Amino acid sequence: MTQHPGPGDSGLIFNEPVIFERGAPGRKGYSLPESELSGGEAEVDIEKELLREQEPLLPEVSEFDVIRHFTRLSQWNYSIDTGFYPLGSCTMKYNPKVNEAVASMPGWTQLHPLQDEDSIQGALELMFHLQQDLAKISGMDAASLQPAAGAQGEFTGLLMIRAYLESKGNPRKKVLIPDSAHGTNPASCAACGYEVVTLKSSSTGVLDPETVRQAMDEDVAALMVTNPNTLGLFETHIQEITKIVHDQGGLVYCDGANQNALIGKARVGDMGIDVLHFNLHKTFTTPHGGGGPGSGPVAVKKILEPFLPTPVIAHKEGHYYFDKNRSQSVGRVKSFYGNFGMLIRAYTYIREMGAEGLKQVAERAVLNANYVRVKLQDDLHLPYPQICMHEVVFSDKKQSEVGIKTMQIAKRLIDYGYHPPTVYFPLIVAGALMIEPTETESLHTLDSFIAAFKQILEECEIKPRLILDAPEVTHIRRLDEVRAAKQPHYIYTTKSEKQFKKHILKFLNSL
Amino acid sequence: MRYLPHTPEEIQKMCQDIDVQNIDELFQVIPEALQLKQLLDLEPPLCEIDLLKHMRELNHKNKNLLQVDAFLGAGAYHHYIPVAVNSLVSRGEFLTAYTPYQPEISQGTLQAIFEFQTMVASLTGMELANASNYDGASALAEAALMALRVTKRKKILLAKSIHPQYRHVLKTYLLHQNVEIQEFDWSENGRVTPALIKEYLDDQVAAVCIQSPNFFGIVENLSQLESQVHQAGALLIGCFSEAVSLGMLKSMGDQGADIVVGEGQSFGNSLNLGGPYIGLFATREKFVRQMPGRLVSETIDSEGNRGYVLALATREQHIRREKATSNICTNQGLCALTTAVYLSLMGPKGLARLARQNYDSSHYLQRSLSALPGVELKFASPFFNEFVLQFEMPVKDILFKLKEKNIFGGVMIEQDFPQLKNCLLVCATEMNSKKQMDHYMQALSEILNSEGSL
Amino acid sequence: MNYPEGLKYTNEHEWVKLEGNVATVGITDYAQDQLGDIVYLELPEMNKQYEQGETFGVVESTKSVSDLYMPITGKVTAINEPLIDAPEKINEDPYGEAWMIKIELSKLSQLETLLNANEYQNQVSNS
Repeated sequence: MTQHPGPGDSGLIFNEPVIFERGAPGRKGYSLPESELSGGEAEVDIEKELLREQEPLLPEVSEFDVIRHFTRLSQWNYSIDTGFYPLGSCTMKYNPKVNEAVASMPGWTQLHPLQDEDSIQGALELMFHLQQDLAKISGMDAASLQPAAGAQGEFTGLLMIRAYLESKGNPRKKVLIPDSAHGTNPASCAACGYEVVTLKSSSTGVLDPETVRQAMDEDVAALMVTNPNTLGLFETHIQEITKIVHDQGGLVYCDGANQNALIGKARVGDMGIDVLHFNLHKTFTTPHGGGGPGSGPVAVKKILEPFLPTPVIAHKEGHYYFDKNRSQSVGRVKSFYGNFGMLIRAYTYIREMGAEGLKQVAERAVLNANYVRVKLQDDLHLPYPQICMHEVVFSDKKQSEVGIKTMQIAKRLIDYGYHPPTVYFPLIVAGALMIEPTETESLHTLDSFIAAFKQILEECEIKPRLILDAPEVTHIRRLDEVRAAKQPHYIYTTKSEKQFKKHILKFLNSL
Repeated sequence: MRYLPHTPEEIQKMCQDIDVQNIDELFQVIPEALQLKQLLDLEPPLCEIDLLKHMRELNHKNKNLLQVDAFLGAGAYHHYIPVAVNSLVSRGEFLTAYTPYQPEISQGTLQAIFEFQTMVASLTGMELANASNYDGASALAEAALMALRVTKRKKILLAKSIHPQYRHVLKTYLLHQNVEIQEFDWSENGRVTPALIKEYLDDQVAAVCIQSPNFFGIVENLSQLESQVHQAGALLIGCFSEAVSLGMLKSMGDQGADIVVGEGQSFGNSLNLGGPYIGLFATREKFVRQMPGRLVSETIDSEGNRGYVLALATREQHIRREKATSNICTNQGLCALTTAVYLSLMGPKGLARLARQNYDSSHYLQRSLSALPGVELKFASPFFNEFVLQFEMPVKDILFKLKEKNIFGGVMIEQDFPQLKNCLLVCATEMNSKKQMDHYMQALSEILNSEGSL
Repeated sequence: MNYPEGLKYTNEHEWVKLEGNVATVGITDYAQDQLGDIVYLELPEMNKQYEQGETFGVVESTKSVSDLYMPITGKVTAINEPLIDAPEKINEDPYGEAWMIKIELSKLSQLETLLNANEYQNQVSNS
């Protein structure tokens, strides 16, 4: 391993088997009360054939075994807490610890969702204010906190659009989606029974009003946009575009994945957007948790308010309550009221930041992204060279001339101690490298990252072998994804384990 | 702002390097009319001391389950969470990682999910499980969608004894799929019988969905229905809301279900007023390509080491877009980890014992309460840890009076089931001591007596 | 990249080999290269009738997925069963062992809509 400016030198890396290979029969990790009811208890009256006969495959381990096992696993993870995570479109910013402290207060964690409203007034007050704050931040009129994640928010938003159009007599058939959109957009359309019409982005990277005008007709229910779009560019014609759609009776949905660029600086409500989802785990610092839980509130304009999922949190004469009496609602998308634990964190964050703080979030996020853009634009191909918002998209065009591809650059970054950017997305940029630094990273971190990146690009020319073999300092090396697809093992069984060990032996002999 | 590290000098330097005068110049790409000139109308910012004070004040406006005797279930259950669970799950390496797109630096999350998948598959009697759905309700809805894809049919049969919110969510999800949803009744003893579904089963039925224990806590017998459903060419979807029951009951996979889904909250996840919870989703390997959600598979690396990757991504929205099996991308990763840690601590014996304790407590409580005059056990069928009582007076009044005695006595169900007038769904878990349950009986007895004397 | 003469091609990267009124269909060398390691193949049932442009199957790599489009209207008269269990052959021998289906043509006039090797090669290099 050569000397390099990043923090990625190898440390202590432990081996750790799957947990089913730890422990011993009879060892235990639980602590349960002795039954006070024993002695007088009758036999179980459930039919014998409905009772479990065989023990499930769970490990028999001590508490310490569990602690050591999962602590070791945790050390194989890259995380925001350990390093720079410029994963574009995911907004991997610092997740404040105070959020966690607040969210773990028993006054929240020990609330049952079916308690009386009287006994959860604090929780309802929090949700009511968060609804209002999100509406204000986005320039919308109302919000629902129910959707469990961005994708469910999209589904909810489209359901509302459909319900609105149905109330006008015709649900229409199609939804327009730019070719740069997240895959969830078309998938959500399909879930709502809409046909997808893909719009081509213009050569400048933004949506051309003419393209929308030509695609727009009376069968189009909605346009789904992402603003800033997935190239990190502000959709400069957004007002004209939303007007074109509205003039023909359609509505405009905004994917809120990229709100970190706009918060306090511009509001989608002013742009003619009718419905927006937030990703609280992106913009509002709730932790990503290795893939969730997220939270995907939706904010809407007045015309869509009657269609919000039921229930909505309302307030009357000093009393907060669930308003379930909503005849035009699209229904319920989640049991109970949303990912409340995430809502607490987002609310805590907004209360700590305030209006000025949130505005600075967008400013610094955009500053950091443009800094990376300028510093790397001579080394990497930059297909859209204008000022970007919160993220910048490069491509591997230059490096591919010497046979080095985006994925290989990404893997090499790991050796330097960085999480790779989002790769191969958006689809309209071949070999895309999408970098979103976020506002919580310092100039020093950016400079180190840029220096590492430049060194890797130099290696492409002079030591391509290093790139092709990367990563080399991780707990494991490049994985055989073909095998995972063709001979998958989704669960641990003694049989699959035997096969697997045989395969490893065969593989090692072939090396 | 403590989360924003830039000094004024650094900002100046960065602007110079970018070749702009100041940050605002970067925002000139936004049309003038859309630039927000004033500050957002939000409450003023709080320092950490005031923030914690404010949040504690809000907190104290709630009454939490540690402050009362609660007997609430109905899809969310009060169970003990070992301290070790949160100690591990709150580690930053788990908490602040994202979806494991880069497997070489995400083996912690990936292996934990692989272990989670194994545990869920084993508990449900299935061949594989996915890396989680949002909650039990959306897992059921996704299972129904999957059955439509597998069978290419257009009808879903739902037991009315499935959690009403699950049915509601399923209907929302299927709203625009051009699908007919039919609901069938329970029999007098609260169970589904083959005769009840017979008239609905035709060659257009994609799936029959049954919950066990059902919404009334009653253990269903899926094996009795299985052959009938399969003969009709439909899939049998088994669903549960109380995961602890899996420690005691024969798995629904072993009873012939094709897809088993449910709520995993009971496995170490806090009640949290209803979320985040975790949808468990398991099925047979032959259906894997129609399965929604992320999946982890074991494989090897270039040096022959065991490792894990996300597999079969081609089913998913980022590749297959409008043809994807689901739009889900962010799932409940941290809750899956929580579940895996919890189940590791419990082990097979701990889980069995816990389940038995829930059974014992709830039966002790049921016998105590239904011995009171004016209280009737609604359904004469075996139940797991919750049961329905019927009163001779409105449940609302009883609950109100119990609340005055610091008891949350159960969940009223007649708003969802008008035919179950004056009925109360009562739950007892390992969190309810004998003393609490005796106190409940005494309080209820007093309330009913005083009503009687009016 | 290999573009054998004597085959016909579609814009969706299928190749067609004509023998009488029976056509053999597979995907091109370019298509397999774009997809990467192919891990899964779905083929239609025998005797199924398709219109030109309809999807008759799916091919998947670890990172990508593509529908297979009927190059010409007709009935499926043979499918390459062994290929389903060894889809990696599509990477190894796209024009030979990795043929996918044979179809009995019902609209021979549609042949004119297909590209020859030269035209297809041009189309690929312009994309």
